[in-house]
Amino acid sequence: MAATLTKDEALFQFLLRMGDNTLILGHRVSEWCGHAPVLEEDIALANTALDLIGQTQMWLGLAAEVQGDEKSADDLAFLRDVWDFRNVLLVEVPNEDFGRTLMRQFLFDAWHSIQLGHLMTSSDDRIAAIAAKASKEVAYHLERSADTVVGLGDGTAESHGFMQAALDYLWPYVGEMFSSDDVDAAMVKAGIAPDPASLRADFDALVGRVLADATLNIPESTFAHKGGRTGAMHTEHLGHLLTHMQWLQRAYPGANW
Amino acid sequence: MSQVTTQPSVEQPSVDQIWEWLDAVPDPEIPVISLVDLGIIRGVEWQGDTLVVAVTPTYSGCPATAIINLDIETALRDHGLDKIRLETKIAPAWTTDWMSEKGRAKLEEYGIAPPQAAGGPERCPNCHSKNVTRVSQFGSTPCKAHWRCQDCLEPFDYFKCI
Repeated sequence: MAATLTKDEALFQFLLRMGDNTLILGHRVSEWCGHAPVLEEDIALANTALDLIGQTQMWLGLAAEVQGDEKSADDLAFLRDVWDFRNVLLVEVPNEDFGRTLMRQFLFDAWHSIQLGHLMTSSDDRIAAIAAKASKEVAYHLERSADTVVGLGDGTAESHGFMQAALDYLWPYVGEMFSSDDVDAAMVKAGIAPDPASLRADFDALVGRVLADATLNIPESTFAHKGGRTGAMHTEHLGHLLTHMQWLQRAYPGANW
Repeated sequence: MSQVTTQPSVEQPSVDQIWEWLDAVPDPEIPVISLVDLGIIRGVEWQGDTLVVAVTPTYSGCPATAIINLDIETALRDHGLDKIRLETKIAPAWTTDWMSEKGRAKLEEYGIAPPQAAGGPERCPNCHSKNVTRVSQFGSTPCKAHWRCQDCLEPFDYFKCI
């Protein structure tokens, strides 16, 4: 693959990774709409999902533009199947309980805010513009998810137990956000995006601080589930998610309004 | 392309006139302020016989964006313009610093605390008490947070500062 990857092909893959992360997490979070434990949290989750879907329109819109072929962000979101998605596995795992949903959100927000901070100085103006727009929203997401992780982690014995279990379950999905391949190498070379591995120190510092405040223990194992961002292998959960998200296009191909 | 001199059928309204018209188009979610007050109209210019209006979204997923574009187009058509092009401009990213003083005053009058650099409302929009507390960082629309006054006990929306 390395020998044949053109700059535009690498850029397309990079944009899919950004847009698929926000699309799949946005969909997952939207599953809470009408089901959250209290009204304020329901609204907060729906707002977060909305921001993520909005960011998806920008990332996948640009991906479609780079790809050519007259494709749109909607085509990419609704007409691809599992093997063409490039999101990290972390964002496709099921919501389970409110604690796990917020822990997943926090781990993603921490990476997302650091990544967008770097992308704001991208050599590609289009990417810098999207990152500048998205980073304002993500700063809010991170503030809320970090506060909630601390509130629940350092809460009652029961809420602490839920949050520690969530962290133990999700930690093996963290490593994938910092793995690099030839797509990343091409992005670094073009000055478009940072090497994912280079974000790890900032991530560990931020996450370490918040989780310490939350009285939670970071698991020692560094084992990482991988395969989402390269498309090599997704979890079984993504296929189920897509049957819901893409239902309308599958049942009524080409439907629009 | 050869130069063709044609007499315009109607005189082109001035850019100032168009800004004035747009200042009469209400925000669909918060109708007491106009789109100009909100700071989302980023440019108005004539390119030949086409009027180009640059619009920036408040939040990237704001569902009002499509309605806003439709409202702009409808308002301009009502004033007799037919060649209109709307451009979405995401950079520089929208900031509440672009909200007009007039808009901020109208928000408060309506019961929504205007954005403050400090990150929270200056006072309760109803009784003006400074004794206010945050209920939730998110509110009824992406651009608002949910606060409550500790004196008059009324809940209120705060327009987030971004």
